[in-house]
Amino acid sequence: MPGLFDRIRGRSSHKSSSAVAKERLQVILVHDRISLPQEKLQAMKEEILAVISKYVSVRDEDVDIALQHRNRGNLLVAEIPFSQRPDAQIQDEARQRMAREAEGDSPDDDDA
Amino acid sequence: MGARVITITSGKGGVGKTTATANLGIALARMNKRVVLIDADIGLRNLDVVMGLENRIVYDLVDVVEGRCHLRQAMIKHKQFQDLFLIPAAQTRDKTAVSPADMIQLTDKIRSEFDFIIIDSPAGIERGFRNAVAPADEVLIVTNPEVSAVRDADRIIGLLEANNKGPGKLILNRVKPDMVRKGDMLSAADVTDILAIKLIGVVPEDPTVIPASNSGVPVILNENSRAGLAFRNIARRLNGENVPFMQLTEETGFFQKLARKITGGSNGH
Ligand SMILES: Nc1ncnc2c1ncn2[C@@H]1O[C@H](COP(=O)(O)OP(=O)(O)OP(=O)(O)O)[C@@H](O)[C@H]1O
Ligand SMILES: [Mg+2]
Repeated sequence: MPGLFDRIRGRSSHKSSSAVAKERLQVILVHDRISLPQEKLQAMKEEILAVISKYVSVRDEDVDIALQHRNRGNLLVAEIPFSQRPDAQIQDEARQRMAREAEGDSPDDDDA
Repeated sequence: MGARVITITSGKGGVGKTTATANLGIALARMNKRVVLIDADIGLRNLDVVMGLENRIVYDLVDVVEGRCHLRQAMIKHKQFQDLFLIPAAQTRDKTAVSPADMIQLTDKIRSEFDFIIIDSPAGIERGFRNAVAPADEVLIVTNPEVSAVRDADRIIGLLEANNKGPGKLILNRVKPDMVRKGDMLSAADVTDILAIKLIGVVPEDPTVIPASNSGVPVILNENSRAGLAFRNIARRLNGENVPFMQLTEETGFFQKLARKITGGSNGH
């Protein structure tokens, strides 16, 4: 039985221990079924991220890549929030350049 | 018409396979079916004790396989039911004394004279499990609403599918309705959702089960037992009847219902 503290905490976050059990089971089972070791899975996530990062800007801490188990089948579900870094950077740099020109600075070659 | 061979297995130990085998055997016998129960848990003989037949054992499964007796001599007739028999496991041998092929041969010999052959599997995924499953036409997987038991059930379902015996049907045993209601125990819906197999029965945790096995008279013979009723329902479903599931998690009393209405039913389900 969970202690009083856990129960209060459980209540406030609206997650019962059976809901926790169900979530844990779904994660455990998908790993059991594909028998992919944790470090391989981690390597796969890093490679996926590396590829995506070539094209868009990814905030690593918001990325969620996980295996899921649905109807006795396995699913790789990825949630990867991104912003269009290259374009944004170019626009940013252009804006800075224009600002400097307006102030009368000599237009440096600073597009490196 | 030949018997249906039904194997009862689980993965995790102690979840209620032997209890289920004994009760389903008696339930089917009471429905005038001809039934043989086989204890495949060699080395850990149990079904005889749960059935109250331990004093009648002369020969066992290994004696049959090794040719020391005829199959008929190892079949113990139940005290109360003419058409209910038990083939006990050997107590002093281990699981390697019997092979999956032996089990197929043995069940094939008696199929024509019975309606159901129910095999009580040992826990685990080793030889004993393979012996028990080899002759099965259908498999029932017993589990409890706990993370470890459900995980092991999933492993078993995977193995059954890999051997063309799957996916099987689920018996969820030892459910405590008030814990489910409070959100502190996985519900039948949760477990079937996770395992994605068909449910054939939900058996409540019931204080009459242990005294029943103490005295060797399975709960099914106790008309007031909730677990007994659940096992009777499973037997009827096995027999093709469409029996609605018991509403274990429904509020029992008027005041409980009223209280839920007043508090807005904030509990999980
Ligand atoms: N619905 C129930 N309510 C209360 N007690 C139960 C219930 N089902 C089983 N039990 C008890 O749980 C214990 C284990 O049951 P049982 O021997 O049937 O499990 P098993 O799966 O055959 O175990 P093993 O893996 O060791 O063969 C027994 O003491 C039994 O009486
Ligand atoms: Mg047993």
